[in-house]
Amino acid sequence: MILDYIGVKDISGPLIVLDNIDNASFEEIVDIHLDDGTMRQGRIVQMDGKRVVIQVFEGTRGISLTNTRTRLLGHPMEMSLSPEILGRIFNGSGQPIDGLGDIFPVKTANVNGTPINPVSRLYPKNYINTGISTIDVLMTLIRGQKLPIFSGSGMKHNELAVQIARQAKISDEENGNFAIVFAAMGVKSDVADYFRRSFDESGILQRVVMFLNLANDPIIERILTPRCALTVAEYLAFELGMHVLVIMTDMTSYAEALREFSSSKGEIPGRKGYPGYLYSDLASLYERAGMIRGKPGSVTQIPILTMPNDDVTHPVPDLTGYITEGQIVLDRSLDSSGVYPPVSVLPSLSRLMKDGIGKGYTREDHSALSNQLFAAYARVMDARSLASVIGEEELSPEDKQYIQFGKLFESKFISQGAHENRTIDQSLDLGWELLSVLPRGTLDRVDDATLDKYYEPAKKRAKAASADAKKSFSMAGIPADQKTDSPQESGADNA
Amino acid sequence: MDTQDLIFGINGPVVTVRNSRSFSMMEMVFVGNERLVGEVIGVSDKLTTIQVYEETTGLHPGEPVYGTGSPMNVTLGPGILNNIFDGIERPLKEIAKQSGPFISRGSRVPSLDEDRQWDVTLCIKPGDRVKGGDIYAECPETPIIRHKCMVPPTLSGTISKVSPDGKYRVNDTIAVLTDGEGQEHSLTLCQKWPIRSPRPIAGRLQPTIPLITGQRVIDTLFPISKGGTAAIPGGFGTGKTMTQHQLAKWCDADIIIYVGCGERGNEMSQVLDEFSELIDPKSGRPMTDRTVLIANTSNMPVAAREASIYTGITLGEYYRDMGYHVALMADSTSRWAEALREISGRLEEMPAEEGFPAYLPSRLSEFYERAGIVDNLNGTVGSVTIIGAVSPQGSDFSEPVTQNTKRFTRCFWALDKNLAYARHYPAINWMQSYSEYFSDLNPWYVKHEGEEFIKYRKEINKILQQENKLMEIVKLIGSDVLPDDQKLTIEIARVIRVGFLQQNAFHAEDTYVPLDKQKRMMEVILHLYHKSKHLISAGVPISGIIKSGLFDKLTKMKYDIPNNKLEMFDDYKKDIDQTLSAIVSA
Repeated sequence: MILDYIGVKDISGPLIVLDNIDNASFEEIVDIHLDDGTMRQGRIVQMDGKRVVIQVFEGTRGISLTNTRTRLLGHPMEMSLSPEILGRIFNGSGQPIDGLGDIFPVKTANVNGTPINPVSRLYPKNYINTGISTIDVLMTLIRGQKLPIFSGSGMKHNELAVQIARQAKISDEENGNFAIVFAAMGVKSDVADYFRRSFDESGILQRVVMFLNLANDPIIERILTPRCALTVAEYLAFELGMHVLVIMTDMTSYAEALREFSSSKGEIPGRKGYPGYLYSDLASLYERAGMIRGKPGSVTQIPILTMPNDDVTHPVPDLTGYITEGQIVLDRSLDSSGVYPPVSVLPSLSRLMKDGIGKGYTREDHSALSNQLFAAYARVMDARSLASVIGEEELSPEDKQYIQFGKLFESKFISQGAHENRTIDQSLDLGWELLSVLPRGTLDRVDDATLDKYYEPAKKRAKAASADAKKSFSMAGIPADQKTDSPQESGADNA
Repeated sequence: MDTQDLIFGINGPVVTVRNSRSFSMMEMVFVGNERLVGEVIGVSDKLTTIQVYEETTGLHPGEPVYGTGSPMNVTLGPGILNNIFDGIERPLKEIAKQSGPFISRGSRVPSLDEDRQWDVTLCIKPGDRVKGGDIYAECPETPIIRHKCMVPPTLSGTISKVSPDGKYRVNDTIAVLTDGEGQEHSLTLCQKWPIRSPRPIAGRLQPTIPLITGQRVIDTLFPISKGGTAAIPGGFGTGKTMTQHQLAKWCDADIIIYVGCGERGNEMSQVLDEFSELIDPKSGRPMTDRTVLIANTSNMPVAAREASIYTGITLGEYYRDMGYHVALMADSTSRWAEALREISGRLEEMPAEEGFPAYLPSRLSEFYERAGIVDNLNGTVGSVTIIGAVSPQGSDFSEPVTQNTKRFTRCFWALDKNLAYARHYPAINWMQSYSEYFSDLNPWYVKHEGEEFIKYRKEINKILQQENKLMEIVKLIGSDVLPDDQKLTIEIARVIRVGFLQQNAFHAEDTYVPLDKQKRMMEVILHLYHKSKHLISAGVPISGIIKSGLFDKLTKMKYDIPNNKLEMFDDYKKDIDQTLSAIVSA
């Protein structure tokens, strides 16, 4: 027997309250039919006896105390799944919006998912070659990892995400087994369109599932968007055995939607007005990345979030950083000086990297090299802050070498073209080449054998190259040392 | 006691029951037709409030709630070691066998394997008078740990019946005890204990034995005692978890309890992988033979996260009672505090600082007070050391969890973002960290490592303090203007920082360093310092000494000198003497 409940008792923001409801269950989905013939969906979020609180996905605009009929559907929010889902576009609550009709479900799954048993998890070790030097060498992305991009408004996080998606695909030997799930939460329609176009241009649109909750779509739907997306990702990965890359943008909008929803429910706010359960809520999304023992697929997540006022201590990046396995932080001053990708190396990190690099994975010198680059670049920062007080001229010779290294590092290593795909060997060799600017004695993170094998040849190469450069440049009448000082020029060299 | 009460309201993990008088505070209950595990956290004549340890989606008002009549408890017995549990002691391996890779609700799995046979030796005979804590049977739980079955602390009396030695399962009765009132109690291999009550002890002891960790910065500069408490605060990416892993792997406790409280699932699977591969040098057996993991990852139900800390410490106390030294790593206590906050918010309690409930400090202090080195009821000595990671929000150490933890722990190993950025691990900041155990532990160090150890430690500390002051000047005017003796302080401090304090967890020799080697390293570094100082006061320029490469050589000695070839330090000293005298004569 299906019962319709007529009217509501109370309306507050996106929430409606109904009384005298029998047989409802927690988090059950309801259909709300309005008198004008339209239909909205909602979810039960709180129950006290026969009184239930329902959040309406599409918002409560136009709902009055009398003009609705509410029907309980008897199950929690579910997503229809089938292999045909690839290439489709959905709205934030999982309804197809590409005009190609409904999904014929092979199965349905609760969008909230269930936690992966820690003993069934397979510890991720396979690295993904993204072709981007900073990421490959310094914060290696691992299959099954969740590695967010901490960005700010106006920086090139979208370009970076697209480049990762495009190049990670190419280097994959199991090419056909690759899928991208893209969840847009509160982003502008041109951003969503940029992603769609980019996927189209690289010819992978048929392997992409898109969930679009744009900036003007209802916020309640936004809370469901990542859940629907991850449900699809889990299905593709763990039932169809695909390697799925999930790009979620923008997590800050998601958290703000959650805050709005929480305050309209009258909950006690925690830090900056965000609900006290923000950590658990974000974790319930991020922790859905991973690999499972005995199953071929994987879910890798790249959530993108814009830090309000570039503040990394804001609750959203802060809590995200505590859950995810590292972070890629973008830097505004690098961005404005034209360095792409503007990865701020020092605060960026990949936690899973240590077990996925080195002999048998990338190259034996990888770990030592990346430690040394981090240490050297940290020293550059010290030298720069000193130089800003006493002037570069007054620095000790060693500090001057570090300043020189810093310039090269930013212009040659961090900076690379949006379509430039460097192999891991190229990136590693480049790293040694840059270190060869520094005297051997200061490289304290590398043991002697590795130095002999990589540092010395790089030094020789650099010497030979600079001799060549001197020759050709002096012929053209340009002094040799101007060449390396300009980031644009050397960036172009690499492209 | 099985009472029939019905669910009234549901809000996330909090469920309410109306007009019931049958529940007691902190009673364990089963909620709904699926019998989800819950605990009573509020009782009034109108409303009983229950926190549910599992996902509440799909629960109906009107479903039954069953009381159990006893508080939230754990089963203690053989089979705990080499196991991985969730926050309320359900074995995750068994759950995986039952319900596959995803955890479904209402899993009904006994905590300990009930079919496994244990090789039991009984150590009592009929007529023996026993009291709480007395050991009545033993069995090898793993090849390196003997499990001791103890009379529950609440019982005492005379043994009336004893089974012969042999193979038994955890629930088999192996002895019968008759108490003063003539009532019979059967003793099995296991017992139950409520997780929120500390297990009783005979008395506390002075913490005079250090917990040796093989991590130089900890053993030398900020030592912790067996039975001590330490906090590791640090923002994300500063290496809290790595430090915890290192301590778990190398510290000289008998039993390791690792509580992953609201942390990453992949980290737990890493611990599982690494600990089973890691061979304990002392016993030649895998680490897992003396380890218990409690995994309540951040996406598992929040109420169980709150309980996981108590489950961990209760297991720890149980092994302490057998006379073992237990180290409990809690990663991270901030997640536990946040779970408290979340549940408190659902109960609409009045929030205190940053939305945390006002009882946060008292809960933290209760937890850390359960650490200690103690005289057990049965006359043995055991200890529980608690090392809790703290994840301060926004990396701000002034937030409530860090500040309150600081009040109840005696070691504070502050992790520093800038050190982590420069990949200086462990990123323990030597200016902000402290240990209050120095005076308690000094006699031990003097006895085992000699007076010099204390002397070296003081001197190293002094150099680091001096360097810190000098760096303020250097930051303003550069290091070139400093006089040579101050340049030497900076150079030698660099050797201490890079060559001594920084330690490579992935390097076979450097991941664990015995105390003897730590001492010799300090000795050689200070030897170079004193000799160079002497030369500089005689007018030799420091640039000459730097050029000799001695400083660089010492920063790498941690890699170059194997842990079992300490005699090589003498060659280093000789080399320093020769090189320096060559500089003088040149």
